[in-house]
Amino acid sequence: MDSLRSKIIPVTTILLVIVAIWYVGAMAMNAPFQRDMDSRNNATPSTMEFIGKTLSQAKPTLPAPHQVAQNFFENTFERKITSNRSLVYHAWVTLSSTLLGFAFGTALGIVIAIGIVHVTTLDRSLMPWIIASQTIPILAIAPMVIVVLAAIGITGLIPKALISTYLSFFPVAVGMVKGLRSPELMHLDLMHTYNASRSQIFWKLRVPASVPFLFASMKVAVAASLVGAIVGELPTGAVAGIGAKLLAGAYYSQTIEIWSALVAGSVVAALLVALVGLAGRLVDRAMGGRPA
Amino acid sequence: MRALKPSWQAVLAVLLCLIALALGAMSTTEMAASAQPSSPTAYPYLGIKGLMYGLAVVAALLSMLALAPALEALVLCVGSTAVALMLVSGITGFEGTALAPYFLLLIAAWLLGWRCVAVLSSIKPSQRWISTLLRLVIPALFGAWILFLWEAITRGAGIPFILLPPPSAVGVRIANTLPVLWADINQTIFRSVLIGYALGCASGFLAAILADRFVFLRRGLIPIGNMVSALPIIGVAPIMVMWFGFDWHSKAAVVVIMTFFPMLVNTVAGLAASGHMERDLMRTYASNYWQTLAKLRLPAAAPFIFNALKINSTLALIGAIVAEFFGTPVVGMGFRISTEVGRMNVDMVWAEIAVAALAGSVFYGVVALIERAATFWHPSVRGG
Repeated sequence: MDSLRSKIIPVTTILLVIVAIWYVGAMAMNAPFQRDMDSRNNATPSTMEFIGKTLSQAKPTLPAPHQVAQNFFENTFERKITSNRSLVYHAWVTLSSTLLGFAFGTALGIVIAIGIVHVTTLDRSLMPWIIASQTIPILAIAPMVIVVLAAIGITGLIPKALISTYLSFFPVAVGMVKGLRSPELMHLDLMHTYNASRSQIFWKLRVPASVPFLFASMKVAVAASLVGAIVGELPTGAVAGIGAKLLAGAYYSQTIEIWSALVAGSVVAALLVALVGLAGRLVDRAMGGRPA
Repeated sequence: MRALKPSWQAVLAVLLCLIALALGAMSTTEMAASAQPSSPTAYPYLGIKGLMYGLAVVAALLSMLALAPALEALVLCVGSTAVALMLVSGITGFEGTALAPYFLLLIAAWLLGWRCVAVLSSIKPSQRWISTLLRLVIPALFGAWILFLWEAITRGAGIPFILLPPPSAVGVRIANTLPVLWADINQTIFRSVLIGYALGCASGFLAAILADRFVFLRRGLIPIGNMVSALPIIGVAPIMVMWFGFDWHSKAAVVVIMTFFPMLVNTVAGLAASGHMERDLMRTYASNYWQTLAKLRLPAAAPFIFNALKINSTLALIGAIVAEFFGTPVVGMGFRISTEVGRMNVDMVWAEIAVAALAGSVFYGVVALIERAATFWHPSVRGG
């Protein structure tokens, strides 16, 4: 009951307000074009008819929510998933490179973090660069990676996955360094009194302590990885994937398609983050974590 | 006190030098020249081959004497850098002809460089300015070595130019196209990014104050804000380009949307950061909501707000550049990157990326400096 009052009601209200604003906005933004059309056809619709027409244009400036929902529903559930108009197909193309890149990125991030925690030289020389690289608009190199790799004959999944790897390894590396260093001096001293070796300290103290940090940074990484995959699809000539769908929609001004591709991307992102969160909670419980 | 302190890097470096010497010719041209001693032709490292080996071996051996760490680091730094510079400059004109000894010597020099960084990071200075200096020098050496290796490998192995141009070519390109780069910066940074950043952060801040004033709004907005941060917002770029046209307005709009939510979420979190005691104190002073906000809660929220400003500085650049992939007038960093990639002018792309990286770091650095000045009282700044 408490969560209903403190969360669900406010969130639903705000969402309803957003949808209402969206409808009003759709009417206002589509009205000029509709007025133009009507005056050309010498039509004099009543106000209600006019509003109805603004919400059902084929290529509206701002599609109404129900148009987007309808398009999304059609392209998700009513088409064969192998058809290249199906959003499931496009989402799958994006998802596969996202997941591959995310897996690479997480592995790379963990390896770098382990190196940084154990080798002082790396800590002093590499860590500042990793932090500095966070301030750089890395996504800018995405088109170059795609085109250059295509020039030497590497196309398809790998180049997009590389961009996702690049974007997702930073959060994991930084988070894991923090996590592997999170055990307190007391705990480290306790391990020393047990005469634990370096690898024993690593496996029995540092790794378990870093797990919450790992999952927190994996949530950020998986979202970044999806963005990387979508942007990676832009320069490939719009073949397949959510990014390609966005680009094709932009070329042919199919606004409804763009919006439903955006919805599909958001659904994929939400699912991925929720899955990582769920995995984190399961691992936490399996390791004997108690709700704080 | 022993007279020797061997390090595996130095020993390995000496070994590699010896192997390289035994293998002989450093490039295919040298091999051809020594096959026909009667007709002397020019080949790389004609006169300085011995000098390079000598320097590397001497630096490696010297470093294993029991020297003061600072002296040892200096010897290693000078030795490895000199060898690397000679290697890189000597291959000019003979790109792609390098043989195994070239790379062995390069690895040896790199090992010495590594040893130098290792020695430097093991120094535990007593004075504060030395440790600050070390904090700058060590990453700088590391970065310089990345550039050396990049330059030496691309040129020695003759990696195709479109695959990975050597950094020197990128540098030349930057120097030659300064007006174009400046026009791009002007379009992307000074119009799209800065205007969008200011608008997005300001509106996020105002929304956060509203959300703080009305609890219902906060409970509704914060879950949505957290949710939105995981979404690929960059996808709204084509829509904004349709609404606001090709010029900077559409990019600024993308930046506004991208920066709004981080600002909102962080500011709301920051406004909850002041302690109960302080708030009670304000109540005993009979201060109203706005007085408490201005004198206690906003200052306490400053670290969070600056965190959002820093996150947003990167997001804003990314948003503006990617939005330009969807259509721009014929100027702008994103436009330049996507068209020059199409024309296979990879050095121009790298030049643009270097400029973008520099702009991103400067932007971040400026925000961080303002943060230090504004939150001078915070423990993380005072270094207490």
